[in-house]
Amino acid sequence: MNHVLTVSHLTGTIAGQQVVEDVSFEVPATGVTAVLGRNGVGKTSTIKAILGLINRSGEVTLEGRRIVHMHTHRIVQLGVGYVPEDREVFTGLTVAENISLAVRQRSPRLDFVRELFPEVVVERAQQRAGTLSGGQQQMVSLARALVNDNKLLLVDEPTKGLAPKIVDEVADVLREAAKTVPVVLVEQNLKVIDLLAERVVVIDAGRVVHTGPARELLDDPERIQQLLGVHGEAAA
Amino acid sequence: MSTFILLLITGLGLGALYFLVASGLSLIYGLMGVLNFAHGSFLTLSAFAGWEVGRRIGLDTLTGFLVAILVGAIVAALTEFLLIRPLYERHIEQVLVTVGLSLATVALFEGIWGPDPINIQRMPWLIETTTIAGAPVPNSVFIAIGAAVLVLIGLLVFLRKTRYGLIIRAGVENRSMVTALGIDVRRAFTLVFTIGGIAAGIGGVLASNYFGYVSPLMGGSLLIFAFIVTVIGGLGSLAGAAVASILVAVLQQFTNYYWGYGDLIVVLLLAVVLLVRPQGLLGRKAA
Ligand SMILES: Nc1ncnc2c1ncn2[C@@H]1O[C@H](COP(=O)(O)OP(=O)(O)OP(=O)(O)O)[C@@H](O)[C@H]1O
Ligand SMILES: [Mg+2]
Repeated sequence: MNHVLTVSHLTGTIAGQQVVEDVSFEVPATGVTAVLGRNGVGKTSTIKAILGLINRSGEVTLEGRRIVHMHTHRIVQLGVGYVPEDREVFTGLTVAENISLAVRQRSPRLDFVRELFPEVVVERAQQRAGTLSGGQQQMVSLARALVNDNKLLLVDEPTKGLAPKIVDEVADVLREAAKTVPVVLVEQNLKVIDLLAERVVVIDAGRVVHTGPARELLDDPERIQQLLGVHGEAAA
Repeated sequence: MSTFILLLITGLGLGALYFLVASGLSLIYGLMGVLNFAHGSFLTLSAFAGWEVGRRIGLDTLTGFLVAILVGAIVAALTEFLLIRPLYERHIEQVLVTVGLSLATVALFEGIWGPDPINIQRMPWLIETTTIAGAPVPNSVFIAIGAAVLVLIGLLVFLRKTRYGLIIRAGVENRSMVTALGIDVRRAFTLVFTIGGIAAGIGGVLASNYFGYVSPLMGGSLLIFAFIVTVIGGLGSLAGAAVASILVAVLQQFTNYYWGYGDLIVVLLLAVVLLVRPQGLLGRKAA
């Protein structure tokens, strides 16, 4: 049993409506585990349920410790970095303020994030995050998670809506990060999955419908078409 | 001319009182999404506390003032901790609790101090006037204005320069993301209530000196205008609350003097702002 995160029979509700029906999967202590699925199947809700950002029940353990009853801030303090869908930077705060707010430890990894994103974290430190481009905001959002030492990163569609060049940059950063911390990555871009992920978890209608090695799925265009409704050649 | 000056400066004084209530309301609403109907009771209780202390140990002392601030802070913090926090994220229930608390406390105050206003003895200096451009302005007005300015500056410095200020500014924008960064946002909730209670406590003492009495209803009647100020300024915007406090109070003062109907004008102003700029003067557009 070498799992950093185990999720079993997780359910989640938003405004009384069940959006996560029954999700179980495990996240090994290294590498990238990708979460896939069509639009609106409950990927984001699954991440939010793990973090306690929506009402949930079932069983979730982080390094063997039950976290399903904990407040979100307690779970994060245990060592979870979160990069939400749509970045959710604080637009009225500066880049520096966004990052300093996220710092949870005595000696944050400021040099590390400065090196990763010099043109945002250093050059635009005093700029309000709301004035940044989408790609730059994503870098702030990633920097907020990477400035701490985490046991696990939960990253939700980090490449959504970004230009191809920025997608590559974000993928590079995630690959770098994944060397030291296990990552759960929600991602629609099969090319990014191909670059980063070792394993995939496919969700449909609030349930897990497939788990396995990423390679196996990517090499099976028919299965991709069936599970995701997209053409698998994009990954080749 | 001297009438104009007098109305303007006493209007600013009244605006200062509105601001001392509205600043807390605005911070609490901005961060927590809760309209705190009990805020007036914090002010009333502080006013009575300051008066009770003052009349026992003498007028020329700051002790009453400090006790009033302390009472405001403690009562507000306890309200958040005991009544609001257990209803975490249940905003309608939270607001209902504050409505209930305000009704219950007014009844309680009437039980203790009687329903009628009690004229208070003030430091003679506060009733004396200082003449400005021919207008004899009571000194209590200057104290109110000065205190409100200090509270505004203090709040701005706190919000800009401290870690908790940063948490509050971030939380006003996106509360759940603050918790998702590992921050216990509930502490910030208690803090904004406490800050609001301090401002209301200051407001309580200044209001009783401005009006010359204490009464179980004084907080409630200031609260109504403070709500209007908060909405006109933009819910959650401190600067908006400051601007709108002045606007509303000065308008009210002039209208009352020349035509009567000052309260009506304020309500009309509120209606106009809601129609033309529903987010308020300096508020963010609702997402
Ligand atoms: N705030 C909300 N209120 C009501 N329903 C919601 C809310 N957020 C999401 N849902 C519903 O929950 C379901 C799952 O949404 P979720 O965002 O988890 O899907 P997703 O797989 O992340 O989709 P996407 O690929 O578009 O990001 C959807 O049917 C969605 O309509
Ligand atoms: Mg999503």
